[in-house]
Amino acid sequence: MSSHVRVNPIACEAHGMCAELLPERITLDEWGYPVIDDTPLHGSQVAHAIRAARACPTFALLVERERAKSGSGRR
Amino acid sequence: MSLPLATSNAYWYLTRSTGAVALLLLTLALVLGVVDVQRWSTPRWPRFLVDSLHRNVALLALAFLLVHVLTAVLDSFTSIPLIDAVVPFVGSYRPFWLGLGAISFDMILAVIATSLLRQHIGFNAWRAIHWLTYACWPIALLHGLGTGSDVKFTWLLAISVLCLLAVIAAVLARALIGWPSNLRVRGAALGGTGAFTLFLVLWMGQGPLSSEWARRSGTPVKLLGHTHAAAAGKAR
Amino acid sequence: MNATMSAGTDRRPRADTQRAGSALPRVLAGVRDGAHLTLAQHDAVHGPLPAVRGRGRRHAREGAARMIEEIAQSGLRGHGGAAFPVATKMHAVANARGRAIVVANATEGEPASLKDRTLLELLPHLVLDGGVLAAEALGADRLLVCVCDSSASAYEAATHALAERADHNESGVQVELVRTPRHYVAGQESALVNFLNGGPALPTFTPPMVFERGVARRPTLVNNAETLAHMALIARHGAAWFRELGTASQPGSALVTVSGPVVHPGVYEVEHGSSLASLIDACGGASVRLRGALIGGYAGTWIGEQHLRTAALSNDHLAAHGATLGAGVVVLLSERACPVAETARAARWMADQSARQCGPCLNGLYALADTVAELVRGEAGPTAGKRIDRLASLVARRGACGHPDGAVNMILSATEAFAEDFSRHSQHGPCELCSRPAELPLPARPVDRDARRGAEGAR
Repeated sequence: MSSHVRVNPIACEAHGMCAELLPERITLDEWGYPVIDDTPLHGSQVAHAIRAARACPTFALLVERERAKSGSGRR
Repeated sequence: MSLPLATSNAYWYLTRSTGAVALLLLTLALVLGVVDVQRWSTPRWPRFLVDSLHRNVALLALAFLLVHVLTAVLDSFTSIPLIDAVVPFVGSYRPFWLGLGAISFDMILAVIATSLLRQHIGFNAWRAIHWLTYACWPIALLHGLGTGSDVKFTWLLAISVLCLLAVIAAVLARALIGWPSNLRVRGAALGGTGAFTLFLVLWMGQGPLSSEWARRSGTPVKLLGHTHAAAAGKAR
Repeated sequence: MNATMSAGTDRRPRADTQRAGSALPRVLAGVRDGAHLTLAQHDAVHGPLPAVRGRGRRHAREGAARMIEEIAQSGLRGHGGAAFPVATKMHAVANARGRAIVVANATEGEPASLKDRTLLELLPHLVLDGGVLAAEALGADRLLVCVCDSSASAYEAATHALAERADHNESGVQVELVRTPRHYVAGQESALVNFLNGGPALPTFTPPMVFERGVARRPTLVNNAETLAHMALIARHGAAWFRELGTASQPGSALVTVSGPVVHPGVYEVEHGSSLASLIDACGGASVRLRGALIGGYAGTWIGEQHLRTAALSNDHLAAHGATLGAGVVVLLSERACPVAETARAARWMADQSARQCGPCLNGLYALADTVAELVRGEAGPTAGKRIDRLASLVARRGACGHPDGAVNMILSATEAFAEDFSRHSQHGPCELCSRPAELPLPARPVDRDARRGAEGAR
């Protein structure tokens, strides 16, 4: 079962902590907003992704299992 | 409980020292909170670091506060029951000034509890409660100045002034950057800070720094004129 | 709507009678001289509303399942822009937990579209029939009909129609009329549901999708008003009848709003797959030479003059041009307009219409609009094209809704369809057409986004 990160663009306020904590999947655009690479996470990256999601001040970053249609967000 | 006086002195020292350290840590947490919300960062001080530091310093402050409260309760010199720690103004020892500590402590508990449970209460509710931090700090300071027995010592006054300056600087930074959006709120913050500082300056001389303060602040009569054996001659 | 659209426009809907032996008009049947149909007239033209649920619980369930099956067989797709298969949506709502609720979406935030308010003004009973049928098929007890608050006549007509039906409501479905704000994204599915729940008419993050949890946290079917009108006809005449017109993947007919330099702009009913050229002829032909057309609205696609003769009005055919019919919008551009200047106006307007909730959309659309505006003025420099491409890839799919994607699609299609004009502008600056009056119908008034929150419908 694979996980990937996803951002809620409405909640996101461009704090940028996610890109600091998960640079493997997240970079910031010229306005400070995250550009997400939704490739599945491997092994230890999941723990980093969860830490990044917890660090987000507005809970905009989500770590999701698979790519289910009705979505199961897990923070 | 009947404990040897020496232990009782240890509690008294602990409660005073942990109180002072808690004030320093709360000040640091507030300043870091402002640095966090203003999004200041450098390559060596990334955003996540400021944020984690803010959270951890706040938790450390809580740890010191818990020791501060417990040792005050355990100290047999003053009879301060545990309930006085969370319910204000019901005690017998300097009820008003101690009560301020209870109020501040309650606020800090609320802020930290909501922060730990953020994902369950939602962002807006969390943020509304978090604003209490700006209220709990001055109340904690007044508690320390009103209740504390070390107020007349230079070291404590220096610490208090230092913390006050740090918080004023933080509040100014928060209120003035992005000025004048939300003019009313920012104006009120600046006005409140100015009024509080003015009050402190005017009050300290006739309050905690005056010779009659222990009696006027509500120290129980039987304790007046008595001092802890180890602190004889020092505190009043 | 600005002056170009409302004054002097013949808004009488007409039927495209081009195809020999056609069964059009369908939706527009019975409309004469722009007068609306009363309940009696509606029944005379279409026959009585069929009962879906019949008597008894078993019959009710079977009737509902049969209705959805009929819609599935018909291949009906949504007419709100996405052309999503209606039966699939209905199945999703039917399978979700909780009592369903149906929303008829006639908000029509697209400035170049008139079909939904026209439908409500002239044929409210057809829309209401469809809404009630959908509600019965899903076991829903409420139907919310949403009308933009700037179409007073549509609202009045709907109110009047509801009053006419007050004594004939055997279905037991409670119908309510709701006025919605007029900005562009207000009609987006999640935005509309957000509004009906008492929030602002701005899109929300999904999941959960509205078919799982929408109005009052109930599974919600949101359908465009025209879609419901077609549903009302399918319930009466059957899926096979519906498929007699149109293409295999897009059967039936559609309402199209035509604007621009034709003799009779307005709302027309066309068969899916019929040619754009025949539609222009049905409008009385173009009064000047045409440069191109914007198909599908401001989130749609520009096509150049060389394709005007060959384009056909179905998503399959239009896919070759990278376009879709969208909500049935065709805006024709005359040779007297500068396509680059018009694109700049449209891009600026789409940026203004951002809900401003997502950074990439808000920042990206304004950056794109600025770049196109610089192109118009000749200040953009040789890298403008690259900048547009980079911004476009930076913006697409990074918003909570499809708004930025639509704007990007519109702008990119303009740079392709009018490549020569764009390159001339980047080298030589403004052309002599730039200073001519604007042609694209765009509202002049500033957007009043925070006007209202939905007070009704949320329980």
